Amino acid sequence: MLELASTDGHVASDTARAQSPLAVRGMTVSYGEKPAVFSVDMTVKAGSMTAIIGPNGAGKSTLLKACLGIVKPLSGQVEVMGRPLAEMRAKIAYVPQRASVDWDFPTRVIDVVLMGLYREVGLLGRLRGAHIDRARACLDRVGMVAFADRQIGQLSGGQQQRVFLARALAQEADLYLLDEPFAGVDAATEKAIIAVLKSLKAEGKTVVAVHHDLATVGDYFDHVFMINVRRIAEGPVATAFTAETLQEAYGGRLAAAQVDQISAALA
Amino acid sequence: MGAEFVPLSLPPILIGTFAAIACALPGNFLLLRRQALIGDAISHVVLPGIVAAFLVTGTISTGPMLIGAMVAAVLTVILIELVRRLGNIEPGAAMGVVFTAMFAGGVLLLELSDTSSVHLDVQHALYGNLESLIWLDATGWGSLLDAQALRYLPVELPRIAITLVAVALFMAVLWRPLKISTFDEGFARTLGLPTGLIGLSLVTVAALAAVAAFDAVGSIIVIAMFICPPAAARMMTNRLERQVAWSVLFATLSAVLGYVLAGYGPLWLGGQDAVSAAGMIATVSGVILGIAALYGPCRSRTGAPEGA
Amino acid sequence: MVIDALLLQLGYNATLVAVGAMLLGVAAGMTGSFLYLRKRALVSDAISHATLPGVGLAFIVMVALGADGRNLPGLLLGSALSAWAGLLCLGWLVRRTRLAEDAAIGAVLSVFFGFGIVLLTVIQTMSSGRQAGLENFLLGSTAGMLRMDALVIAGGGALILLAIFILRRPMLEVAFDPEYAAARGLNVDRVDLAMMGLVMAVTVVGLKIVGLILIVALLIIPSVAARFWTDRADHVVLIGGILGGLAGYTGAAISAAVPNVPTGPIIVLIAFGLFALSLLFAPGRGVMAALVRHLRFQHRVHLRQGLLALAQAQQIYEPRTLRLLRRAGLARPDGVATEAGRARAARALRDEKRWEIVRTDPAHEAAAAFYDGLTDIDAVLTRDQIAEIDRRIGSPQGVSA
Repeated sequence: MLELASTDGHVASDTARAQSPLAVRGMTVSYGEKPAVFSVDMTVKAGSMTAIIGPNGAGKSTLLKACLGIVKPLSGQVEVMGRPLAEMRAKIAYVPQRASVDWDFPTRVIDVVLMGLYREVGLLGRLRGAHIDRARACLDRVGMVAFADRQIGQLSGGQQQRVFLARALAQEADLYLLDEPFAGVDAATEKAIIAVLKSLKAEGKTVVAVHHDLATVGDYFDHVFMINVRRIAEGPVATAFTAETLQEAYGGRLAAAQVDQISAALA
Repeated sequence: MGAEFVPLSLPPILIGTFAAIACALPGNFLLLRRQALIGDAISHVVLPGIVAAFLVTGTISTGPMLIGAMVAAVLTVILIELVRRLGNIEPGAAMGVVFTAMFAGGVLLLELSDTSSVHLDVQHALYGNLESLIWLDATGWGSLLDAQALRYLPVELPRIAITLVAVALFMAVLWRPLKISTFDEGFARTLGLPTGLIGLSLVTVAALAAVAAFDAVGSIIVIAMFICPPAAARMMTNRLERQVAWSVLFATLSAVLGYVLAGYGPLWLGGQDAVSAAGMIATVSGVILGIAALYGPCRSRTGAPEGA
Repeated sequence: MVIDALLLQLGYNATLVAVGAMLLGVAAGMTGSFLYLRKRALVSDAISHATLPGVGLAFIVMVALGADGRNLPGLLLGSALSAWAGLLCLGWLVRRTRLAEDAAIGAVLSVFFGFGIVLLTVIQTMSSGRQAGLENFLLGSTAGMLRMDALVIAGGGALILLAIFILRRPMLEVAFDPEYAAARGLNVDRVDLAMMGLVMAVTVVGLKIVGLILIVALLIIPSVAARFWTDRADHVVLIGGILGGLAGYTGAAISAAVPNVPTGPIIVLIAFGLFALSLLFAPGRGVMAALVRHLRFQHRVHLRQGLLALAQAQQIYEPRTLRLLRRAGLARPDGVATEAGRARAARALRDEKRWEIVRTDPAHEAAAAFYDGLTDIDAVLTRDQIAEIDRRIGSPQGVSA
């Protein structure tokens, strides 16, 4: 039989898929007539911190959104802990790109975090003191509790990102999906966010984040999923995040010096 | 307040107020969803809907006409969405193409068919006839407790009251999904909320309010009330709950003040005849918006991302 | 009768109106195209509704001065002034407050229109008592139009066309890319202002023929329809003008020939008909063409994905993929590849392998950008280049049987 010589040899077994908090099979997504993601398989390891990396326009965010059912794929299946996505929504928390919403919306910080409790509170259920306390605790975890009553438009970019993270924490999920959580945030926020993500991992949760800063991949994450329209590599940072895979994903867009620098940092 | 207030002024004031609130409530969400002009589109297509219903049934009974208007409104919303998606056209332009063409179709149908025997004309569609909705059986405040007299209330009053209750109920029950999906549609979908359905039901409820209000007060009020009170309210507060409350207040103020000014304003200025109440209500709502835009505590943008 | 009208055989006045409507249609179609390309189509809605108070005020002022309140140039001047006021309010709301443009448009149009209606009812009851007939400005009416009025309209349409001709370059540049235009030293605000001035002129001239509610249609529909036929901005303007002129001329002619057919609505409906035809049948951007293309595209994606799965002996989960493979004779119903399927799969895999080399090699960076899983490699590289890549793959290691 024919074998793709370049894949990383990482072909997940059916049991690995069933245990994976997020498994994608044959996913193709296209805007118009150019696939942004083509025939991608992905199996996220339980309890891992996985970075989805790839050059601009490689389909990173598109893949994440398709996993969540926000964009409709042309083909492919998503399974969460071996079950269809629709049954497992309560187990997933999502942190969208900061720029995806209108921050002029008339609402307070605490109200945004309370949105994370919607599945619990429901359509008409009463918001109790316990809910508010929980929302405040989540804000505390990202260092934003002092801002609870602020209008969201008054926040800086980094603060907005932390509020989104607090909303995801309020969902008390097992799988956290983040879309470029470090894009355009200050250094303090970046530190605060990564601390929260690492504590989630310590609690046994799985974290998957679209990430674009190659220099920090090794520090922040233990697994990578490298994509450029197709899957390039998948696995632990040490084996999947190499000069060769980077070269393949980024092609000429990544200067050789940069590659050397990264591999030196990893070594 | 003379004895003529209850028979002559109370019903139109109540009808105008209820209509204004029924439109302003969904208007808050339309405003935040950048769909403010949906109200404009809907109110333009009510006329073709009514004309079509008349041509189909051949009678001028209210029920079929309201249904016709409702169907036209929902059809328009779907058509706009269809044109937008199929043609890959920006929403404003798609809206402009659809509602103007439907309005033109309505006018043409009206002119070509024999509707001279019935009271159905473009002007009525535009300004309504709030002033004529009087309660002749009333003799004073006591009539409000008189079952016999109450039976002859102008039929528009209970109709718009029921519509208002329905709209308010919809808003109350779907408050959270509406708020979440308006603020962050992607997140709403990850919660499993049917965002497309929520959007469509909001527009349908807006259409319901528009049709019921149109029947009583004409389309100018409808467009103005969808936009002006919520827009003015947005300048007053940064919280959605309070914004809705302000918009209800502004809608009420516009309706009452507008009606009074239209009826009595010309007299104070030495004129003899009242001017269009619908037009005056829209004007007052514009003045309120102007004042809020000049002095409202939350009039300027805060949401511009501040870089880092 | 309609034929007569189309051939200008219905007398001098009808001919003048038809020509006037055509000029107006061309002017509206072209002006609207600039507006549409600038993504501000619905601003015209606010402008047109904002003319009404001006019409009313002009009438009142003219009567107060002892003149004939129905003097068309006077009414048009009034409408232009109040449209300008509406535009100022719109700009102020968008710049100074948090309102988005769509809400500001709605606020301006409803409030100005409401105030205009108030003025109309004032006029109805004015002691001078003359029937003003101003309601005709709502929906337009060419019945009983004075020769002078027709000349004003035709002349106005021609003037607007002249202004468009003079201003076309800066307006195109601003509509296409305002930032670049500004960087090149164009005063974008002033060009925008000129654009709005043109929209206002079209509205004012069109009041009498199609009325203020429907003039919006003439500004929006032809330009949106034109967009389906071309990707070039200057061609959009040209085609928009042609479609608008066609609608104006035919509509006015039909209205003159057939009793009870009002001019404005029939012009708009003809424009809409042209739009519907464009939406459905335009090559490239039309719905039919897009549908065919999309189906073909889906077909390609599924087939390609299926072939790659076959090549790597993976199971195919998508029923549609399997169905397409089977229909093409590439797979058996149980998902196992046929002889032809194996050959095609091997070819697909070889292409994929070649792409991989292209994408890792900085020398091929430009070509690598074309990769989307579907594009054939021979569409991007020359035969020599492919041969070179095949050498690098080396046959035994790449494709093992």
